[in-house]
Amino acid sequence: MKRREFMKSAAVFVSGAAVSVSALELLDPREVLAKNPDLRWGFLVDTHKCVGCGMCVKACKIENDVPLEANVTRTWVERYVMTKQGEVFKDSPDGAQHGYTTKRIDQNHSGMKDVADEDITQAFFVPKLCNHCELAACVQVCPVGATYSTADGVVLVDRKWCIGCGYCIMGCPYGVRFFHPVVHTADKCTLCYHRISKGGNTACAQACPFGARKLANLRDPNDPVAKIILTQRVGVLRPEYGTKPQCYYIGLNEEVR
Amino acid sequence: MVEQAAQVAQMLVHGEAWTIKDLFVLPNEYVYWSIQIVLYPYMTGLVAGAFVLSSLYHVFGVEKLKEIARFALVFSFALLPVAMLPLLLHLQQPLRGIHVMMTPHFTSAISAFGIVFMTYGVIVASEIWFVYRKFIVESIHRLENKQRTGIDGLLLLIYRIISLGATDLSPAALQADHKATKILAGIGIPVACFLHGYAGFIFGSVKANALWMTPLMPVIFIMSAVVSGIALCIVSYAIFMWLRRWALAQGKNFFLPDQLAGTTNLTVENLKEMQIHETTMTAKYLRIFMILAITLELLDIIFRGYTAVKSWDILRQVIYEHDFVKIFILQYGIGNALPFVMLLLPGLTTRRACVASVLVLFGVFMMRWNVVIGGQAFSLTFDGFMEYHLPIIPHDIETFKEGLGGVLLVFSAPFVIFYFLNMIFPAFYNSDDKAH
Repeated sequence: MKRREFMKSAAVFVSGAAVSVSALELLDPREVLAKNPDLRWGFLVDTHKCVGCGMCVKACKIENDVPLEANVTRTWVERYVMTKQGEVFKDSPDGAQHGYTTKRIDQNHSGMKDVADEDITQAFFVPKLCNHCELAACVQVCPVGATYSTADGVVLVDRKWCIGCGYCIMGCPYGVRFFHPVVHTADKCTLCYHRISKGGNTACAQACPFGARKLANLRDPNDPVAKIILTQRVGVLRPEYGTKPQCYYIGLNEEVR
Repeated sequence: MVEQAAQVAQMLVHGEAWTIKDLFVLPNEYVYWSIQIVLYPYMTGLVAGAFVLSSLYHVFGVEKLKEIARFALVFSFALLPVAMLPLLLHLQQPLRGIHVMMTPHFTSAISAFGIVFMTYGVIVASEIWFVYRKFIVESIHRLENKQRTGIDGLLLLIYRIISLGATDLSPAALQADHKATKILAGIGIPVACFLHGYAGFIFGSVKANALWMTPLMPVIFIMSAVVSGIALCIVSYAIFMWLRRWALAQGKNFFLPDQLAGTTNLTVENLKEMQIHETTMTAKYLRIFMILAITLELLDIIFRGYTAVKSWDILRQVIYEHDFVKIFILQYGIGNALPFVMLLLPGLTTRRACVASVLVLFGVFMMRWNVVIGGQAFSLTFDGFMEYHLPIIPHDIETFKEGLGGVLLVFSAPFVIFYFLNMIFPAFYNSDDKAH
């Protein structure tokens, strides 16, 4: 065989083989296994049931190795106090990991605020966590793809690939992201993916003594939590950003942002 | 006790050291993007602006800017690596910075950074190569025929490598160089604008941030970039010319690589005349771009105030109360209005143009500050404020990087690079040929 002919047939063979191999690549077994159309994780928070004990925050930090003394947290509880004068006070000291033990409202640099009991029209607690958005802003803006949505709807961070630019932290309209003080990469609620993917519950939902936090499979019509989301009047946080959050709230009102 | 203190200090999360929260701020909210991210658009702006200035001559043939154009081109190249430095200093995992180029995730604005940056770098590098090719070849001949010292030998080696073997100096070849320069400068303008407009897009596309999110952001960034780039070129050109005059009078030839190259006959008067001519001419273009930049910035504020959507309540408090001094006194007053008047007054001297340019540079820096830090001065919930305090005395690597130390490092780097770059490509090299 002449050299020219050899080159020719080699080129034909390589291009032919490449085409057929690329066809094979369309069926990645891992992708097929991960894509379970029967599963889409969601979350339900019943604000009426929350008493601000902060057990969920503590449980989350311990379960997910976020140092208790670090002033960042994957989940937190906010307190809302509204007065007859139309004022709204909000606080969340240390993310409420020690629970709300005083009536005084922490206004950070402005100090502690006293509100007289008789002035209060309503007061309530709102737990917050990652909304695991359908169209997550953080996933969109990550420059290296270290933040991604799993096929079953959980937004995760690859700690081995995150460059720590902070764009996702800036991009999240809910402030659920932070830099992990030990790992030094972006960090957030994983919906306890290591637990739920093995049939367990999230640490926060398990620790909640009043059932204010519940994990749901939104695709399962028989899932009791999914049923609540379907049949009751629930809301999501800040839908105006178009991120389609998948954490639903009962008893949400306008002041909660 | 000490161990415990160290442990607590270690738990200080990123941003906590320089953020003061007031009223209701979410637990994870801090000023995550601090001084280095202020410097990033600032430095990129200088790169883009310097390049646009050099292109005014190369593309549009503004003869009056001939001398400063060559300087601006080389200086823009010296600034280029420094535009990347703040990003690297800011990353929590700087060693992984290369991932942006290796595994870009194209839905992210930042992912294009590698491509845009490299494209721009290649264009500037090749333009410099074409502009200096004649000089490179002549230098090879000159150094070959000369008794060489150690430095000369090194220079000869460098010139031989970067000449890429293209030693043809025939008129046709030089004509081709000239044409290539013009084309590259032409392509370079949109790419330079893109480089910086894109930095604006990184901010403008953050929908979670009420202050940043506007389609005007890239355009505002481009205009202020050109302003700052021109201003920096005026200041540096004038300063380097003063230095050169001093060096020439003192006979300190190591400051005058072009003199060493023996291609020009410099005199002190000659230099002075050139300096005045170039700085005042360039100041004219500075005024034009200043008007454009200020118009757009004011349009942004007026539009926000007029439409007054939900976020305006907190933005108004940030703009008119918390950051009033920074925005209206430092940025618009000292950084825009004052130098504008100074440049308008008749009888412009180099010194006045320089002072005005320094003020303009300060004004643009404050604009970057007010955008980047100002955008993080309020909580996502619109119920609280965050105040940023620049760490002056560093107590660990993070407060150095994101503090005054990091600022000085970034500011001084381009001048160090320029010093060495100038040795190879004399930025003030004055050739008589009409080509470039």
